[in-house]
Amino acid sequence: MPEYNKMELMICLAARYLEDGSTVVVGTGAPCAAAMLAQRIYAPDLMVLFEAGGFGPLLPSMPISVGDSRTFYRGLVAGSMPDIMEHCQRGMVDYTFLGGAQIDMYGNINSTLIGSDYQRPQVRFPGSGGANDLASLCWRTMMITPQDRRRFTPKLDFITTPGYLTGKGAREAAGLPPGTGPYKVITDLCVIGFDEETKRMKVESVHPGVTREQIQANTGFELLWADDLGTSEPPTEEELRMLRQEVDPYRYVIGRG
Amino acid sequence: MVTGPRGEGKLFTDPDVDRAREFFRRKSRKMVPKVTTVREAVERFIPDGTYIATGGFGANRISTAVLHEIVRQRKRNLAFAGHTTTHDCQILTAGGCVNRCDVAYVVGLEARGLSRAARRAFESGEVEVTEWTNAALAWRFKAAAMGVPFLPVRVMLGTDTMRKSAAVEIECPFTGTKLVALPALFPDVAIIHVHRADVYGNCQIDGIMISDLDLARAAKRVIITTERLIPHEEIRQNPNATAIPYFLVDAVIEVPYGSYPGNMPYEYFSDEDHLRLWLEVERDEAKLAAFLDKYIYGVKDFTEYLELCGGIERMRQLRATEYLLDREARGEGGPYA
Repeated sequence: MPEYNKMELMICLAARYLEDGSTVVVGTGAPCAAAMLAQRIYAPDLMVLFEAGGFGPLLPSMPISVGDSRTFYRGLVAGSMPDIMEHCQRGMVDYTFLGGAQIDMYGNINSTLIGSDYQRPQVRFPGSGGANDLASLCWRTMMITPQDRRRFTPKLDFITTPGYLTGKGAREAAGLPPGTGPYKVITDLCVIGFDEETKRMKVESVHPGVTREQIQANTGFELLWADDLGTSEPPTEEELRMLRQEVDPYRYVIGRG
Repeated sequence: MVTGPRGEGKLFTDPDVDRAREFFRRKSRKMVPKVTTVREAVERFIPDGTYIATGGFGANRISTAVLHEIVRQRKRNLAFAGHTTTHDCQILTAGGCVNRCDVAYVVGLEARGLSRAARRAFESGEVEVTEWTNAALAWRFKAAAMGVPFLPVRVMLGTDTMRKSAAVEIECPFTGTKLVALPALFPDVAIIHVHRADVYGNCQIDGIMISDLDLARAAKRVIITTERLIPHEEIRQNPNATAIPYFLVDAVIEVPYGSYPGNMPYEYFSDEDHLRLWLEVERDEAKLAAFLDKYIYGVKDFTEYLELCGGIERMRQLRATEYLLDREARGEGGPYA
């Protein structure tokens, strides 16, 4: 079995969820690597979009910014931010990837602040950027994130971006488009989905060498567990070769594993 | 129309379209040369207290020259639209120029990390904040560009982002769908860097537009910096390429490498070393002060800044990076080769 690090595992697991002929809005880093890997192995007709306006680039390297010139290099359209966001709002975008400082059991995300005084926070983070927009409007939201108790927290300091809010039916009651919401959370320990009845995080597969106890100990709330809990399928030789030689030869992202 | 909960945030600009129309009614449509200097444009159009909005995307196609001049002239109590702002936000907050901000993305430089100077400004209470999202601010510009007081959209619902915004929940009069009404945002001044412009302000932009088509139309005044001035006839030869027509524009300044250290598509890539230096010196207030003295207060204009940063030789390297020339020189070919 080939050797791999945690970042390589997370990227390979994420890539397998992107089906051919679908559309995805990605950011920089791991999500972009996952989309590039998927294009090379599973989904040659995956349409990669960037929120600043890039449609379908043939990425020559990892972008540094979601608005830099790599994001529309040899692309199909050099569009605009409203153009991308309106495609999302109209229901034409299947997937998006997000990250954040805090996440709760319903997949709500905080990327705005730590503290209780909004005008004088302990730590000010960037804010929504496009995250709230993409999680509100794309059909399926995925996250690639390290898993620890500080990040996987029972109560967010600020709900920047909607997951399932307070549980089943809450997104629809709030007015968000029906049928949207968090899909998978891919961490360095496991793959998490969302329970159909409660819309709470439910572990679907455990990474090789990781225990259930370890996963729960790294989570600040009670996790649900799938009845058919499996082991995450490790990266294949082909995935690793593509990832290391073509997607991220300078190890900008996988070097962080 | 049925209205629901209203965000607690302050509205920093007036969404009234008839007052905006009165302004635009008086705005000159004369096709006269508007070429000026960065110093004059900032002196004339950006008094203390002005609400400004920057084009581009943070460290991509930004008008660094104008942002530096705002700092150099020690402008105070500006408000700004924190729409995709990274290095632009960093410059303005390092200069202590801002006291109000419509936030969608501030403080961060994407994967490069967080700006300490910007964090200090936003954590100390020095900058009053109302919360939005990137699409929300893009659509607020669009509402203003359309000349309507609000646009109904489907973002921010159910979140604290909505609670701290100045948006209002409404019900669709046709379908009953719950929506968010975003108030039109007419900035006092938009500052946009373009590839080519003529002396009258007709502008061509290559690559992605981000939100600049709407921003240029929403703003009451538009300051354009351009990589190069071109003859008016070149605009007429290719009207498809005109992104911003002259009558929206108030000032035109030719500033080669004007987005440096940011990326300018098809011209030069971002100077990651210089951006890293910014993030490093911000960890220590004395070092930041010395850095600003050297690179902004201590130079008379943007050309001197470029010289300090390596001049033509550095620009040549960044151009090679933009065009992936180093890769071809190594015989690696292009992507998918």
